[in-house]
Amino acid sequence: MTDQEKRELQSFALRIRIGTVECVKSRGFGHIGGSLSVVDALAVLYGKVMRIDPRNPQWEERDKLVCSKGHAGPAVYATLALKGYMPYDMLYTLNQPGTHLPSHCDRRLTPGVDMTTGSLGQGTSLAVGMAYGDKLKGRSSRTYLIVGDGELNEGQVWEAAMFAAGKNVNNMTWLIDWNKKQLDGYVSDILEPFDIRAKFEAFGFEAVQIDGHDVAQLYDALTKTSDRPIAIVMDNIKGKGVTQVEQTVSNHSMNVSAEVFDRWLEELRTQLSALEAQGGGI
Amino acid sequence: MKIVYTGRKDSRQFKAMIGKTMQQLLDEDENVVWLDADLQSCSGVSAVHSPRVINCGVAEANMVGVACGMSAVGWKPYVHSFAPFVSRRAYDQIFLSGGYAGNSVTVVGTDPGITAAFNGGTHMPFEDVALYRALPGAKIVDVTDVPMLVDILHQAKDIPGVKYFRVPRKESYQVYAEGTHFTFGKGIVLREGADATIIACGIMVHEALQAAQKLEQEGISACVIDIFSIKPLDEELVRQYARKTGVLVTAENHNKIGGLYSAVKECLDGEARVGYVAIEDCFGEVGPQDYLRDRFDLTDEHIARVVREKLGK
Repeated sequence: MTDQEKRELQSFALRIRIGTVECVKSRGFGHIGGSLSVVDALAVLYGKVMRIDPRNPQWEERDKLVCSKGHAGPAVYATLALKGYMPYDMLYTLNQPGTHLPSHCDRRLTPGVDMTTGSLGQGTSLAVGMAYGDKLKGRSSRTYLIVGDGELNEGQVWEAAMFAAGKNVNNMTWLIDWNKKQLDGYVSDILEPFDIRAKFEAFGFEAVQIDGHDVAQLYDALTKTSDRPIAIVMDNIKGKGVTQVEQTVSNHSMNVSAEVFDRWLEELRTQLSALEAQGGGI
Repeated sequence: MKIVYTGRKDSRQFKAMIGKTMQQLLDEDENVVWLDADLQSCSGVSAVHSPRVINCGVAEANMVGVACGMSAVGWKPYVHSFAPFVSRRAYDQIFLSGGYAGNSVTVVGTDPGITAAFNGGTHMPFEDVALYRALPGAKIVDVTDVPMLVDILHQAKDIPGVKYFRVPRKESYQVYAEGTHFTFGKGIVLREGADATIIACGIMVHEALQAAQKLEQEGISACVIDIFSIKPLDEELVRQYARKTGVLVTAENHNKIGGLYSAVKECLDGEARVGYVAIEDCFGEVGPQDYLRDRFDLTDEHIARVVREKLGK
């Protein structure tokens, strides 16, 4: 990846972060920490890796994304809006009565959302079924599945992992958002997951661990194919990109004033300006 | 509709007929897929030859999720396990990954209620209908006989949403002629009567017909309705016979809470005196089916007794 391509993806990621914060700001509260931590992965997926057509969200041959940690909806919505699946202004309708953008991803409400998620664990089996179904149909589609580290507490995740490897569902990549925290605190305090990469490898995956905020590492890992399903453990920071969110221990869902949201947006816009000064815009 | 009921058992087992029917559906429609949870030899599908029979292992929640994901990319999935495992155990997945997410799946739950017999209380669901009734848009059929099983399995693949079929594995009493077409949401009057109406489903249809014959000998004329489609319920038919006979008795192989009795009561507004034959809110237990039938009072004698009580005789 060239430096220019890298800057373009970093710029896209910053614009997703700005959209995510604007989306949450419109309602005044929301799942900001776990949304910001998956932004770089979304930027690389939708910016460079996934084969998609925003004008035809139901295109059968497309690559699919299942964000099983459905509470990262705001980050997914910001990404989809920037890709043209919906007007950008729609981001300001998060959780409003009758909205198309609920807290948790809903395929029946939001153009471009490939699967309904929110009850943790369930997105894993759904994604495995989609990938397996595409494979049996002879399609070349690939399914990308984002799973939270807290979500790994759910037994269904491991049932789905066993199925994916056992049935050789090798047209899918799992991205584990190892941001170290879940709703009540640190993952290691609540239910220590030990070596996540080794667990997936033991389940029969090809498993790697990367810096999940490094777009070049993400691109390399996401463009890899294998004869096995792939698991990418993303060493991430919950709230990545906004200093105050990163530093807040309890940042799963935050409720702050409009002034605070504006400070966060200013911080992100400053980063974006600096990057664009180096020629980072798309 | 041609009724061929004789009171004698059909020599065909449901299990074998599931296998035979699914072989046909898999051959006819390239989008059909059957997912099982290490119970293919119990669903009869172990005899089916198709690459689209998928054994998911003993992981029902994942099996349902995978089926729903396959539905989202164009497949017509059927899933099977014993009824408690594809109702209680995988309920959240059926509810959210299936119903709420707008995916389509046909769920075949074998060994409903006392038909679980020697597998005992852990495998004996008296609450599965209650669970599915609370799932918006779900369709529920308590299967009466082989022609019904064959027809609804055929219909199910092209009906969107969640469909739940409770199917015993062994023999049934044939009620309908081969090739009968059934309509979801439409009950079937098997026998007219003027004094009372027995509304039954599943294995209780045979008991209801036997009860009506017994009552006839006593001079009581009982109508029998097979209300195989518990949801949607044929509310119009229920109200019509409530007004006509003034006495209704439901008969089901299920807890009285949340099943057929509840459904019938919910659609009435004092049109009839309503009695029930059902499980009295307790857990299942092990034993031969005949023993359990007596133990839980799911008998023709008990239906007749409740009819007499409601008639004040």
